[in-house]
Amino acid sequence: MEPFKFCTRLTLTQVTGLKAFTVPELLEGIKGADDAVIYHHTHRFIKQSHHLVPEGANDFAYWVTNTVQADRLGEELTAIDIVRYPSLADIRGAFVETLERHLAENPGPARTVAPGREFNFMRSIRFSLPTDCAATDHRTFIECLRRVSVSSLYLHVFEARLRPPYGVDDFSHWFRTNFNDETVGREISRLDPYSYTLEGLRQRIIRILEKRLEEVSGA
Amino acid sequence: MPKIEEYAAAAGANAIDELRGIASRLTGRTILNVNSTAVGGGVAEILSRMVPMMTELGMKPRWELVKGGEDFYAVTKKFHNALHGTPQELTVSDLQLYRDTMRANLEALDLDADIALIHDPQPAGLIDRKPPGAKWIWRCHIDLSNRQTDVWDFLRGYVSRYDAAVISSPSFSQDLPVKQFMVPPSIDPLSDKNRELSTQEISDILDRLGIPLDKPLITQVSRFDRLKDPIGVISAFRKIQPYVTARLLLVGGTADDDPEGAQVLSEVRAAAEGNPDIIILCLPPTSNMEINAIQRASSLILQKSLKEGFGLTVSEALWKGKPVIAGAVGGIPLQITHKYSGILTRTVDGTAYWMKRLLHEPEYAKRLGENGREHVRENFLLTRHLRDYLLLALHLESGRRDFIHL
Repeated sequence: MEPFKFCTRLTLTQVTGLKAFTVPELLEGIKGADDAVIYHHTHRFIKQSHHLVPEGANDFAYWVTNTVQADRLGEELTAIDIVRYPSLADIRGAFVETLERHLAENPGPARTVAPGREFNFMRSIRFSLPTDCAATDHRTFIECLRRVSVSSLYLHVFEARLRPPYGVDDFSHWFRTNFNDETVGREISRLDPYSYTLEGLRQRIIRILEKRLEEVSGA
Repeated sequence: MPKIEEYAAAAGANAIDELRGIASRLTGRTILNVNSTAVGGGVAEILSRMVPMMTELGMKPRWELVKGGEDFYAVTKKFHNALHGTPQELTVSDLQLYRDTMRANLEALDLDADIALIHDPQPAGLIDRKPPGAKWIWRCHIDLSNRQTDVWDFLRGYVSRYDAAVISSPSFSQDLPVKQFMVPPSIDPLSDKNRELSTQEISDILDRLGIPLDKPLITQVSRFDRLKDPIGVISAFRKIQPYVTARLLLVGGTADDDPEGAQVLSEVRAAAEGNPDIIILCLPPTSNMEINAIQRASSLILQKSLKEGFGLTVSEALWKGKPVIAGAVGGIPLQITHKYSGILTRTVDGTAYWMKRLLHEPEYAKRLGENGREHVRENFLLTRHLRDYLLLALHLESGRRDFIHL
């Protein structure tokens, strides 16, 4: 059995210089954005704001809601569930579709925000860094979970779904592959970052595993 | 000088482990830092802490200073003011003096290093002698969003030849042929201005300064400058006085060497006259512990700026777990998410409304402060600042890849 080696995700922010002052400009920017831009404004947003906003959000929705003050569109962009998409290209497609629909239904002049309040498109340069935490069973997995950073948690639970096997988090995959443990796999794969802060998520996963450990030990 | 391990209590053990993990990929690299002053100013303050940390992490950092006469510094001061948006007249001889001083420094300085961090405009011209294979980064600490075109065009000729440029906020970005990265500034949680203080230390300092603690303190710490809107702060406070029991404390510098500051100070004193609950305090620039104690003793911190560079005083207050009401300008919105980690306002009335509301809802105010402290822990401490520089060095060494396994 391969031990589960915990890694962590670090990012460096590149400023593209591209800006949007209106919703149509935001749409054009998203259409032309590469994966590193989409990652920055969706996944990185959740990770950076994890202690602030347990509800779902991304930079695009935040700007449209709080700066453009287009409440309905902001709500629709907030509702885009980024962890359910198998790729960053699919996430981009979801934002483009929502914005295009909004603009088709709301023709006419777009509101221009004041200088200084524009949307700045940025990119995340991503780094994976191994930690010294490795688990071989439920018990050591719980010990590692208590120690690793929330960035590590985010990487393995949500970002993992963007790489093969697509749509599956690393934790579920490891428990299924090594212990044939569907229970843990199912419970963890149902978690979403919008219902918890990442610290809350850590506690939730630990509780799932502790309960499972009791069941396995008692069997 | 504190050891890296001592930052674990503030930044978290994981942040220190990450820093060590990243640094292990840069062991033995020579890292050159160049700026124009060894003491005074934010850059020197940060480098004096960061350079020993790089050594402790196994790298070989050096810190060099560009040297020039008073006339050189007069020219670079013009650069500085022009880039900040205060119009300056740069003559042909000013620019020639800059080139000549750079040439003299190129002869005198040892620029041999794997990675170079060149800070601000003063040493930017050193790029003329970048060693082959080295990675050079121009680190700009200045808000360039209102820069004077001709001065920027002159500097752009140098900056365009670097491997990367680093700015503090996306709004400072410029049209450049090189990649620009955002690395916000940081506070040092172990410095006198930010370290933990005991209740006794706080009360001793406030007692010495003659600040009574019988009413909740609302404090703004800022130099007496119109862009910090001290008169607006007093107006907002006067609006809420019929409804709350509180004291307003405006803390600034002595303004001895700043004629405009002295003028603003006298206007502030006039605006506060006859109001026993407004205290105006002038402290010397070395009063770090005093500022720390005042912030910690306050119930509410204001930073009602009308224009701001990055506004790191906001992070200083948030780090102390204080609810902050601040102007939504410059880098402040990067530090405060409205209604989650603080309050952003744009008017005197808005500031008054939120002052009253936070004083009446201490539980909500406390939660804002707690969220703010966590936001600073993750984003605005010195350890994150160093981590970003090291990640940038690795990115440049990797051939500028977007995805890097360390």
